[in-house]
Amino acid sequence: MTDDANAFQTALSLILGLDPDLLGIVALSLRVSLSAVLIATLIGLPLGAALALWKFPGRGSLIVVLNAFMGLPPVVAGLTVYLLLSRAGPLGELGLLFTPTAMVVAQVILVLPIIAALARQQIEELHGDYHEQLRSMGLSKQRMIPTLLWDARFGLMTVILAGFGRASAEVGAVMIVGGNIEGVTRVMTTAIVLETSKGDLPLALGLGILLLGLVALVNAAAYLIGESARGRLG
Amino acid sequence: MNEMTRLAATAIPTLSLQGVGFVHRGQTLLHPVDLRLEGCRRTLLMGPNGAGKSLLMRLAHGLLTPTQGQIRWEGRRPRQSMVFQRPVLLKRTALANLTYALAVNGVPRARRKSVAREALERFGLAALEKRPARVLSGGEQQRLALVRAWLTEPEMLFLDEPTSALDPAAIKAVEDAVRDFHARGTRILMSTHDLYQARRLADDVVFLCGGRVLEYTSAAEFFTAPVTPQARAFIRGELVW
Amino acid sequence: MHKTGLILAAAGLAGLSMATQAQEGERFIILASTTSTENSGLFDAILPPFTEATDIEVRVVAVGTGQAFEIARRGDADSLLVHDTEGEKRFVDAGYATERADVMYNDFVVIGPGEDPANIGDADTVADAFGRIAEAVAPFASRGDDSGTHRAEQRLWEAAGVAPDGGWYRELGSGMGPTLNTAAGMDAYVLADRASWVAFENPQALELLFEGDEALFNQYGSLLLSAERHPHLKHDLAEQWHQWLLSHDGQQAIADFEVKGQQLFFPNATK
Repeated sequence: MTDDANAFQTALSLILGLDPDLLGIVALSLRVSLSAVLIATLIGLPLGAALALWKFPGRGSLIVVLNAFMGLPPVVAGLTVYLLLSRAGPLGELGLLFTPTAMVVAQVILVLPIIAALARQQIEELHGDYHEQLRSMGLSKQRMIPTLLWDARFGLMTVILAGFGRASAEVGAVMIVGGNIEGVTRVMTTAIVLETSKGDLPLALGLGILLLGLVALVNAAAYLIGESARGRLG
Repeated sequence: MNEMTRLAATAIPTLSLQGVGFVHRGQTLLHPVDLRLEGCRRTLLMGPNGAGKSLLMRLAHGLLTPTQGQIRWEGRRPRQSMVFQRPVLLKRTALANLTYALAVNGVPRARRKSVAREALERFGLAALEKRPARVLSGGEQQRLALVRAWLTEPEMLFLDEPTSALDPAAIKAVEDAVRDFHARGTRILMSTHDLYQARRLADDVVFLCGGRVLEYTSAAEFFTAPVTPQARAFIRGELVW
Repeated sequence: MHKTGLILAAAGLAGLSMATQAQEGERFIILASTTSTENSGLFDAILPPFTEATDIEVRVVAVGTGQAFEIARRGDADSLLVHDTEGEKRFVDAGYATERADVMYNDFVVIGPGEDPANIGDADTVADAFGRIAEAVAPFASRGDDSGTHRAEQRLWEAAGVAPDGGWYRELGSGMGPTLNTAAGMDAYVLADRASWVAFENPQALELLFEGDEALFNQYGSLLLSAERHPHLKHDLAEQWHQWLLSHDGQQAIADFEVKGQQLFFPNATK
């Protein structure tokens, strides 16, 4: 009981205290996860659209693989990226291991299947609705993509938020490829694991509450933008 | 006036269907058809439900590829547009639906809004400008779809049962719009199962039944002297399939 | 309008995260070390004076001893500070490191529920204590992760002549902290390094029940990694770190580190 109360007090004092170390951790969490989501979106939306619009050999298998990868354990993604970026691995020359860039790469692998697979569903649905009209207007499939992406934007926003949720919540991947180095690769989730292992449960839970609040804030911003636009467009 | 002279200046290419048929999963949905659509005429596709009207319309417009036969525009491909039974409007405002069509047709951004507003005004829909298109009534949606087609200045307009789900006032608005298109010099191919509508609008009639074209003749002849027993029964208002 | 809004929101968030990005200097080394040192707070105490003296930043990746060796073996760390003397010597013999030096020690302690059902408080040696736990079939939480602490624990069972097995012996496969958390939750005995135990904030009913046997000695060593095997590593900087640890300043910094008024690590470099 007292622990729970402590956690909320701790969370509050963390927020009010504006501790520079903590701000650094929060900023890095946002930078890593938002970068990963941005990159996964830039790849995933066109990929999802292509899967929705074109029939090609192997399309079915690709969809199944993408759907399966939505459940990829973060640790496995982390381990894979670790082996790739390790000095002994094929991309070791780049010297990216234990840097925020490596964490972004690992999270892209986690987020991309979610965004691509869910975007495919959304776009396929809208394409079913639109395609006769758009073809009648003389649009090729390539030229339909921007229209479909734009008109599916509210659904796609939710898809992207789901990706952001996965990125900001995972710890297994960033722990392995980032190394949880203080001031360099320590993010909210790895800090929570660290504090838990130190037995400082109130601080760990306080960080958890802070993380939840942060994710809620990003979601609220997206929701408000979406609602105001939806109100105007029905 | 301006519009009419512009469209009338060049003849609309003839659309020629030769032995066009369509088989889907072993089932013949359309038996081979020969058809020529020429000049600036209003041709009404008639026949009972399931006769193949929508299919023929989509083949002619190019949305579907025939499994046999040939569809050809003689000379060049004209500008064409299609209005569907259930209008497909984008999830945007009424005005944005129109500026979108203008953008697709290459109208410069600066001119799109004013051109679209003018057209809304012309068809009495100015009040709907800012409304989301998807929440308009069925009649309003269909009229908006017609305005959208209007803006692309089609030389040939396809309409697939555009009034089948509308109330009389909306039907009148749609029929008026069809006349406006025709007056501007657009060839019309429209399907309907409403005999009275066909009498009001048709120059020519194509009568389809069971995936076969049974008659292709002028409206006057079709209504006064139908050749096939199916057409005679259809005109008498009997159930035909 | 909403389009611009979206873009602005995205750009704003991206800008915020970019603006707070840490400056990356080139003068840093990656140090693979164990969770016990990291969790105790030792690095927070000794890294600032080192960085001040040499302008070298030390980035600590704190993992289990087994993983630390693996990271160094693959060439992903510039330096290694662990506590498994035998393993360290084998690492040198295998040619992955050129030099190993004692840096400091702390000791292991046996932790258990305050009631002490196996009565190990009265044991004479740690082997005796472990024997009593097995005899009482009292729950024992083992790291089970091939860490330095786990290896030490296995040696102690061997010394006690017990092959731990059965429902009372729980192999957790976790780090020191999680193992202590779990032991606290199920009132189990557990072997911990003193640093982790003193710094641990969630003891619940757990208490320190046995300490002081020489067999509980826990030696930390620093390794200089082989430039031949991994030429890309920052050997110059890593050597400075290695030498500083063994120097008077480094040893003094280790000795000065205290948690709750207790010295946790005892410098013993032989220089």
